Amino acid sequence: MTAATMTHDEAHHGPPKGIRRWLFSTNHKDIGTMYLVFALIMLFLGGLSAMAIRAELFMPGIQLLEPDLYNNIVTNHAYIMIFGAVMPAAAGLANWMIPLMIGAPDMALPRMNNLSFWILPAAAVMLVLSFIVPFFPEGGSQINTGWTIYPPLSVKVGPAMDFLIFALHLLGISSVLASINIIVTILNMRAPGMTLFRMPMFCWTWLVTAFLLILVVPVLAGGITMLLFDRHFGTSFFDAAGGGDPVLFQHLFWFFGHPEVYILLLPSIGVLAQVIPTFARKPLFGYKSLVGAMLIVATLGMVVWAHHQYTIGMSMGAVNYFMIGTILISIPVGLMVFNFIATMWRGSMTFETPMLFAVAILVMFTFGGLTGVMLAVIPADIQYHDSMFVVAHFHYVLLPGAVFGLFAGVFYWLPKWTGHMYDEKLAKLFFWINVIGFNITFFPQHFLGLAGMPRRIVDYNMAFTEFNMISSIGALIFGLSHLLFLYIIVKTIRGGKKAEARAWEGAEGLEWEVPSPPPFHTWETAPVVR
Amino acid sequence: MTNETTGREIRQRRGVTDTMRMKKWRGWLAFGLLTGIAPVALAEYGLNFPEPATPIAREIFDLHMLTTKIVTVLMIIAMAIIFYSVYTHRKSRGYQPDLHFHKGWFGTWSWVLVPVMVLGIDLTIAGSAQSALERMWDAPKKRCTADSPPEEKCYDMIVKVIGHQWWWEFQYPDEGIIVESRFVPKEKAGDLYLREVDNPLVLPVGKKIRFLHTSADVNHAFWVPELGMKKDAIAGYITETWAQLDREGTFRGQCAELCGTWHARMPIVVASVSEDEFREWVAMKQEEKARAAAEASADKVWSRDELMAKGKTVYETKCAACHQVTGLGLPPAFPPLKGSKIATGPLGDHIRLVLDGKGNMPAWASLNDLELAAVITYERNAWGNDTGDVVQPADIRAAR
Repeated sequence: MTAATMTHDEAHHGPPKGIRRWLFSTNHKDIGTMYLVFALIMLFLGGLSAMAIRAELFMPGIQLLEPDLYNNIVTNHAYIMIFGAVMPAAAGLANWMIPLMIGAPDMALPRMNNLSFWILPAAAVMLVLSFIVPFFPEGGSQINTGWTIYPPLSVKVGPAMDFLIFALHLLGISSVLASINIIVTILNMRAPGMTLFRMPMFCWTWLVTAFLLILVVPVLAGGITMLLFDRHFGTSFFDAAGGGDPVLFQHLFWFFGHPEVYILLLPSIGVLAQVIPTFARKPLFGYKSLVGAMLIVATLGMVVWAHHQYTIGMSMGAVNYFMIGTILISIPVGLMVFNFIATMWRGSMTFETPMLFAVAILVMFTFGGLTGVMLAVIPADIQYHDSMFVVAHFHYVLLPGAVFGLFAGVFYWLPKWTGHMYDEKLAKLFFWINVIGFNITFFPQHFLGLAGMPRRIVDYNMAFTEFNMISSIGALIFGLSHLLFLYIIVKTIRGGKKAEARAWEGAEGLEWEVPSPPPFHTWETAPVVR
Repeated sequence: MTNETTGREIRQRRGVTDTMRMKKWRGWLAFGLLTGIAPVALAEYGLNFPEPATPIAREIFDLHMLTTKIVTVLMIIAMAIIFYSVYTHRKSRGYQPDLHFHKGWFGTWSWVLVPVMVLGIDLTIAGSAQSALERMWDAPKKRCTADSPPEEKCYDMIVKVIGHQWWWEFQYPDEGIIVESRFVPKEKAGDLYLREVDNPLVLPVGKKIRFLHTSADVNHAFWVPELGMKKDAIAGYITETWAQLDREGTFRGQCAELCGTWHARMPIVVASVSEDEFREWVAMKQEEKARAAAEASADKVWSRDELMAKGKTVYETKCAACHQVTGLGLPPAFPPLKGSKIATGPLGDHIRLVLDGKGNMPAWASLNDLELAAVITYERNAWGNDTGDVVQPADIRAAR
């Protein structure tokens, strides 16, 4: 079926009205919008949990949250942010932009696309239930394990854990289905003349991310199913007394968990690869080397998972291997960062908000990556592991790496989606408050870790008070700034200076040739790419 | 803008804008924080590792300072390049984009040069780590004999570290003593709350100590920064570490693996003392142990008051963390004992529960008959439970 033969009623009658438009949508733009709205809601929910954590940690003592409730909130903060905010937002960007970028009329499997999205609200309900169930009689204990849900502790947790396992299964299925859709779309529906090495980098990053998801989500699914069986069906996969091994779960979890961080990162790297050339008015420095670097990161990233487990008692050979492998990842990642700096270099830059975020990302993500190299070094990691130093590290790679990349993408493409330019002054204000607040929150946490403060603790010795206070104040600033983000988005949807098809002067690509906002169906006739 | 005659670029002066000023300020702030504050070691708790107490911890500290310095230098270089570019290569200054930049020799060769440079830095770091890693991982597996030279890879004593929810058990098999180490409540610990225990891990300076770690329930981790030691305590596993203290002092650590409700309240205190002090302490502990055993096995019939007094001590040390001093517990995780069906119901069931445990409650059969008799008597009569039951050690012995 070619694009030219695709005609149906909607081209003449517009999209369906009311709830049907959204519930039964097979339109990549609408589904993209739904993913983004869902992610925004979850961002605030996850942010609330972070506010609760930092409020409790503002001063020593247990003021607000019982220990198990605190541990549950710590667990939920991670799951909501990773699976509820970042991954759906990245999927939203993918849905909106990939068909537009490759000249395709929609995703390859539009009905499955609908399913991939609508699984998410159900999963969110399961996740919320896992939090609420312990408040009821016979509800058992809260999930007090952290997002790593290690047995034996996770086997002992009450029924709430089963809701969480169910939620994770749903989230995994959604991700895998979406990944299949993205791979099939990219490989089959590029416009004539658009070879793989001519397609936008954002599509490449999602292609690699989709393969990673398909490879590692089933491993997590296997591990949590074994956990479910240990909890209810008398198996001993992770119970030493029954002949099993608690450490097996750790390996299964982290075999998923480490590639997961690249899954979170790569789509945002793709956004950077679109934003920086646009605002530097200069082509990406090394297209092929960036693709190569990304492939190496993904491959190496699959075989270094046990750097999260240096203290379990692995042999010298094993631990040495994981250390070297982990340190080597700095090479392709360094190449990627270098690529972006070299794209900026000798460009003609302007600093609209997407570019502000891009530059801030380059500085802060590099810093986070470098503390990652510090962590890779085993003898030193013996001191850093499970301390606040690790918390500081991963927030410096996840927030600048994944979240700010998504913010940059939102500001970059809001004019395309809504047809209005966002309020640049307000957005720049948001950028500064957000980035300064972020640094005040997380930079002191490095020192807390070095001084000996463990992570995931509800209360701490008074020696750690000052930096915890600074961190909590930063968190308040950082958290509140997101209200401005919400305001800007809503304001832009409702109105603003009219956006051109090519909303940004230096923007290149098929997505900038359709109107802003684009009609319900675009590229019904495929463009020819020369 | 280009000079039409010479073809050279004319850079229009726009002055220093606010955006540029703020970026530079941010850059300098980060630089200052990283270089000025990061390496400064404030011994009490400040901004770096505490003062090491073993050779391995010193190697770790040096390695950490090396990687910190490398990271700082790399950040300075990266930020300098980025901020120079942000300052210079901007449209508002009239800079024209160099559309062929990626096609020159730099564009072709940088993708070789950059990985090679990064690889060089990586190998430097990995190389420096290798010797520390080997020394740390290669725990001594055989006991030192009288004529072992000092550098020999052998151990002088063993300590077994067992993680419990939420306290530490230290066994000294050579000396035949066991130390139970629990947090001290805030009223008594004051500023040291969460870093102070009732019975520290006492260790002699200068001896090579082999540690064997395991857990009685969930995953814990034994972490003492001054020793440069962190190892997971996993049920069903025995993991090993080793240390040789090279100075006396008190070193404080914490559990470093989320283990449930009171993960935050499982401190570790290592008291590093001279060999003589250690021997005295061991002798004292062995005496205590002998006395307690004798007391428990005596055929004495204990009075209610004696049992209540002893039971209160046992209860508040070992049971109150979950069931609370008030007996009210923390439902639903930890049921109340005040007015509970177990504490006021059949005595046999109560004894069985304490001996065997149930669900999240551990088995307490490791306590001696007197301790169990006392604590059960206390639970059955305190907080208004008033059953009037008086349990003797002989009753416990019969129930085992």
